[in-house]
Amino acid sequence: MPITILMPALSPTMEEGKLAKWLVKPGDAVKPGDVLAEIETDKATMEVESVDTGTVGEIFVSEGTEAVKVNTPIATLLAEGEDASASPKAAPAPVAAPATTAPAPTAAAAPAQPGFTPQNDPDLPAGVEMVEITVRQALNEAMAEEMRRDGDVFVMGEEVAEYQGAYKITQGLLQEFGERRVIDTPITEHGFAGLGVGAAFAGLRPIIEFMTWNFAMQAIDQIINSAAKQLYMSGGQVTAPIVFRGPNGAASRVGAQHSQDYSSWYSSVPGLVVIAPYSAADAKGLLKAAIRSNNPVVFLENEILYGTTGLVPKVDDFVLPIGKARIAREGKDVTIVSFSMGMRYATQAAEKLVAAGVDVELIDLRTLRPMDSATVIASVKKTGRLVTVEEGWPQSGIGAELVARVVAEAFDYLDAPPVRVTGKDVPMPYAANLEKLALPSTDDVIAAVNAVTYRS
Amino acid sequence: MARKPADKPKANIPELTKDQELAAFRDMLLIRRFEEKAGQMYGMGLIGGFCHLYIGQEAVVTGVTMASHKGKDAQITGYRDHGHMLVMGLDPKGVMAELTGRQGGLSKGKGGSMHMFSNEHRFYGGNGIVGAQVSLGTGLAFASKYRGDNTVSISYFGDGASNQGQVYESFNMAKLWNLPAVYIIENNRYGMGTAVTRASGQPNLSLRGVSFGIEGEQVDGMDVRMVHDAAKRAIEHARSGKGPYILEMLTYRYRGHSMSDPAKYRSKDEVSTMRAEHDPIEQVKARILDKRYGDEDWFKAVEAEIRAIVTEAADFATADTEPAPAELYTDVYVDGLGA
Repeated sequence: MPITILMPALSPTMEEGKLAKWLVKPGDAVKPGDVLAEIETDKATMEVESVDTGTVGEIFVSEGTEAVKVNTPIATLLAEGEDASASPKAAPAPVAAPATTAPAPTAAAAPAQPGFTPQNDPDLPAGVEMVEITVRQALNEAMAEEMRRDGDVFVMGEEVAEYQGAYKITQGLLQEFGERRVIDTPITEHGFAGLGVGAAFAGLRPIIEFMTWNFAMQAIDQIINSAAKQLYMSGGQVTAPIVFRGPNGAASRVGAQHSQDYSSWYSSVPGLVVIAPYSAADAKGLLKAAIRSNNPVVFLENEILYGTTGLVPKVDDFVLPIGKARIAREGKDVTIVSFSMGMRYATQAAEKLVAAGVDVELIDLRTLRPMDSATVIASVKKTGRLVTVEEGWPQSGIGAELVARVVAEAFDYLDAPPVRVTGKDVPMPYAANLEKLALPSTDDVIAAVNAVTYRS
Repeated sequence: MARKPADKPKANIPELTKDQELAAFRDMLLIRRFEEKAGQMYGMGLIGGFCHLYIGQEAVVTGVTMASHKGKDAQITGYRDHGHMLVMGLDPKGVMAELTGRQGGLSKGKGGSMHMFSNEHRFYGGNGIVGAQVSLGTGLAFASKYRGDNTVSISYFGDGASNQGQVYESFNMAKLWNLPAVYIIENNRYGMGTAVTRASGQPNLSLRGVSFGIEGEQVDGMDVRMVHDAAKRAIEHARSGKGPYILEMLTYRYRGHSMSDPAKYRSKDEVSTMRAEHDPIEQVKARILDKRYGDEDWFKAVEAEIRAIVTEAADFATADTEPAPAELYTDVYVDGLGA
């Protein structure tokens, strides 16, 4: 059978084009790579090359013809021993059309997204000793313990080794683990983030410290395009077991470029795990879980919380489940949901509100992705009222996401419109008074609770 | 085709052995025929999106891979990646079925032309962001050194990528820590449609490591002998603990940047001259005939073998089913974190 040569497409969106010129005539011998014709569209020209060896049989579409539809037969190619009489006289239908054209997109609706069921926190042994340590110590212990446990874990970043960490989170690690595993980098966030992801592809378990997440915007391409998407793009073959960590959000009086909260940015990315702890115990248990995870993890700390203390259970291996919110206080009147630094405002507000007779339920998300919305929705079904608290900007924030989920799944249970307490919709100002105004406050949370409970 | 007399041996041309010449011819022909088929299938609408063909550049990955410990040394490249996978031994059926977005593709149809990987063959993509593979490849080299496993990492990138900032961040760290990294700049003269001389203040890209203390060489990337020889030197340098090395391969792509390239930035004469005078496959073929390593029957047999492989790949990629709808939500996370 002669081979039918079809009008090719230059792009998936091309439907027709001009057959500008034939470079062969019937009877010409051609081999793979020989240019047969030139076709043109308004955007581009392309040479049609032969893929096969043979002799040009018949030409169906003469040169200069406009608006030739893609996949129209334009010529035949005869194999050795065939002659032109074997060629159909008229333009044949495209050969085996179903087999040689792209399948129509499947019309079926997308399947439902599988749910995620988080695990509960592990039970602690009865009478376990609780030790008061800072969040800084908790993070430091988590890294040290995991580095002792697994030789593939290493920490890399600016000033993490000899300087002992810009915020002293890596203090003592160089002394214990040496310069092979505790590595000072040049000031090249994009480069060392990518280097870390490459090392993770090869099976190591890097902890990449960003001096602050503000600097990680230089590296966000590697975090999202290389780390987050790798498993999916490889059809499940290549994992990126890496932790990116450092302080996120506003510190104090450092201005707009050093005071951004990236929670909602990273939490919108499938493939990333995003953790933002508040307490020392959560910082330790979740950082250990992050280092063990085979998924890429964005671990958002907070500079102001580094020095705060909390009780951490003294057990050999304190690991908390990723993706599980913590109910910090049970109550029945109103649900306050927050995470990281927002929990400070929420906790202080809850104390005052409880004293004033409002039975607050306070939820610390701890993990932002996957988000434990089940815990939040169950709470709102009980209280009928929702206040979210975060330092980030209002538009497309974590609060916006929570409100959307609650409205979708617990609309009938709501007794008041939910209220979001957020940072103000401005870059962070430097002046002390303006910075204070830009950030959420305990009073903002109290006012929000008063609004949703119709107290005023 | 008529036997073409080989050029008179030039001084200092590193010759390949008979087996190497024959293998190089076969590998390069597989890439050429595979890519021609891919181009045809793209034209038929079977392959979507972007499709960047490697035709013309075959000698680069063929010569470098021949000089490496294939399957042990890591390799990573950008989006013009089909040739790399074929030479590294990935299944042509899986590559073609990925191009057509089918279940049997190397990434289950979820990656596409620019996103294919193989842990088994130590091929790390297939990366769509220009320059990103250089930092990633430097990380692969870091892992080699961390483990002390005596492997090297080979990162390919184009003349266009060679202007990206992260390339230099990576050069700096690679030299600072003497990582076993080989950087192969595939200079095919055009970053998309922009000529190197219109994009680079210093168009000699082999000098791009100078300020970091990294040695570099310009290599005739159309001559697989020169590629192989230089790559051996660079890989040995890296493997022996001396740190990174840069090879600028002077090469040429016959086809457009991608399938939808208007090709208005270069003359047809330039393309046809390169094809006629520097074709990497014809060069090897002439030497094989000249040295009587193989005769016309041998070439016919190789052509037939390659044709069968490519036809099988194309048939598989056309007949295979699309991924099941449920695949939409798989491979987002591991460890039971759901989707």
